[in-house]
Amino acid sequence: MSPDPHRQTRLPSSYTTPGSPSFTEFLGSHSPELLPGRRTLPAGTIPETPHGTTIVALTFPGGVVMAGDRRATMGNFIANREIEKVFPADDYSCVGIAGTAGLAVELVRLFQVELEHYEKIEGTLLSLDGKANRLATMIRGNLGLAMQGLAVVPIFAGYDLDRAEGRIFSYDVTGGRYEEHGHHSVGSGSLFARGALKKLHRPTHGIDEAVRVAVESLYDAADDDSATGGPDMTRRIWPVVATVTDSGYARWGDDQLADVVQSVVDGRVGDPGGATRMDDGGQPR
Amino acid sequence: MTMPFYVSPEQLMKDKADYARKGIARGRSTVVIAYDGGIAFAAENPSRALHKISEIYDRIAFAAVGKYNEFENLRVAGVRYADLRGYSYDRTDVTARALANAYAQQLGTIFTTESKPVEVEIVVAEVGPTPDDDQIYRLTYDGSVADERGFVVMGGAAEQVAAALSDSWRPGLTLAEALALAVQALSTDPAGGDARDLGPDTLEVAVLDRRRPRRAFRRLAGPLLERLLASDDPTTDVPRTDDDRPGPHDTLTGDHGHSGLPEDEPT
Repeated sequence: MSPDPHRQTRLPSSYTTPGSPSFTEFLGSHSPELLPGRRTLPAGTIPETPHGTTIVALTFPGGVVMAGDRRATMGNFIANREIEKVFPADDYSCVGIAGTAGLAVELVRLFQVELEHYEKIEGTLLSLDGKANRLATMIRGNLGLAMQGLAVVPIFAGYDLDRAEGRIFSYDVTGGRYEEHGHHSVGSGSLFARGALKKLHRPTHGIDEAVRVAVESLYDAADDDSATGGPDMTRRIWPVVATVTDSGYARWGDDQLADVVQSVVDGRVGDPGGATRMDDGGQPR
Repeated sequence: MTMPFYVSPEQLMKDKADYARKGIARGRSTVVIAYDGGIAFAAENPSRALHKISEIYDRIAFAAVGKYNEFENLRVAGVRYADLRGYSYDRTDVTARALANAYAQQLGTIFTTESKPVEVEIVVAEVGPTPDDDQIYRLTYDGSVADERGFVVMGGAAEQVAAALSDSWRPGLTLAEALALAVQALSTDPAGGDARDLGPDTLEVAVLDRRRPRRAFRRLAGPLLERLLASDDPTTDVPRTDDDRPGPHDTLTGDHGHSGLPEDEPT
């Protein structure tokens, strides 16, 4: 091998290679060890690690709501009471994660940089389908780790600027990407949340009703799944709720959520399964 | 047997420098100028797609003159450098100083080892919490770096333009005042003729706005730019909120307000 005379003084050629607007591809050629999927696991059993649990997402006419509970579990321990599992991916999309928390958070960081990198290099936003496909590629790269038990299953939602509507995408560990219509949920409590969503979601709901339905379905998930945390009234820890509309990503503040959570909890007192579907004005039907 | 001609190193470097300088002087100028609320960039550039001014990172921007393919390559390298650094350390660990050093090494190595030097001159600027913390680094074709205060002029006739600016620039200018100075400098005819008339259509203008929470870079266009450039208009600064319309939020046109880029903090 001939020594590279510029090695010490010049940026490596991967920096100046023209063509790719993808940060992941750049990392793959420059420092592949930073990509989660390129690591080889040592032999042996993987020790217990924190797992994130339930995320729900649902659409309403002006966009999409995503909400996640705040619990991370490690076996039968509660690893964290206030973990956040819903993140902005960019201006017009958000991503929620279930599965191995460490890898999932790393994947989200990489995805955020990926989208911003594209935006800066190309001077334009990726289409929502383009973002969803990029995420699928990144999950596919993680398949080796998933087979060792370190699976990450995200849910991706955003506002499609071309179609002017909110859309939801779900994934499997092989990188399969599926568009979901209306609502979807992932994680250990997703079965219970999905049942609640099916009964409570109405596609014509306004944003406030949609947020309430998200909180109701997380309540139902926490009611029956020990790994999903319900609203913590003593510590005042509420689910993370984010909306994405034509004016972009917005995370709901604790004060705003406190009223919603209080009314959901009040509604369940003496009637634990008692949420009813609301009409578009927020009144019980 | 033929013997290669001997060329002294002095002559070799001088020839390269002359070549690079000539190439740069052929292009239109770009002005980088500090104002009270941040750092403004103005270039004569009728193209809306091929930019001379770009965002590198949250608080860092890039401006260039010279050959487009060469500075575009440097810009992409800068974005990759910054994003990699921010990804492997933290967003706050990406600094203009480190980026300017990397660029200086790159440009210096090309100048000494390759037969054709790059015909570009670039500025890397970072906006800080106060005007005293702002940093403007100017890098030339041979890899020399200068830490500039106040303003930088690059490109054709840079010296005359800079001389004109140095008399009028002072700390604490408003954005409108800074842009007026920049446009006046850009429209000066190097040959000594009448000043050209530069309107919003022929200018590429951007700012690093100190008050914005994360990504500080915004391009200015449309009615907002017209109002800022008009001497009889009361607009002296960019609005605090982004445009109220769906789409990329890197351009401010003055059409209504938007709450801004996503913050991972509860609103």
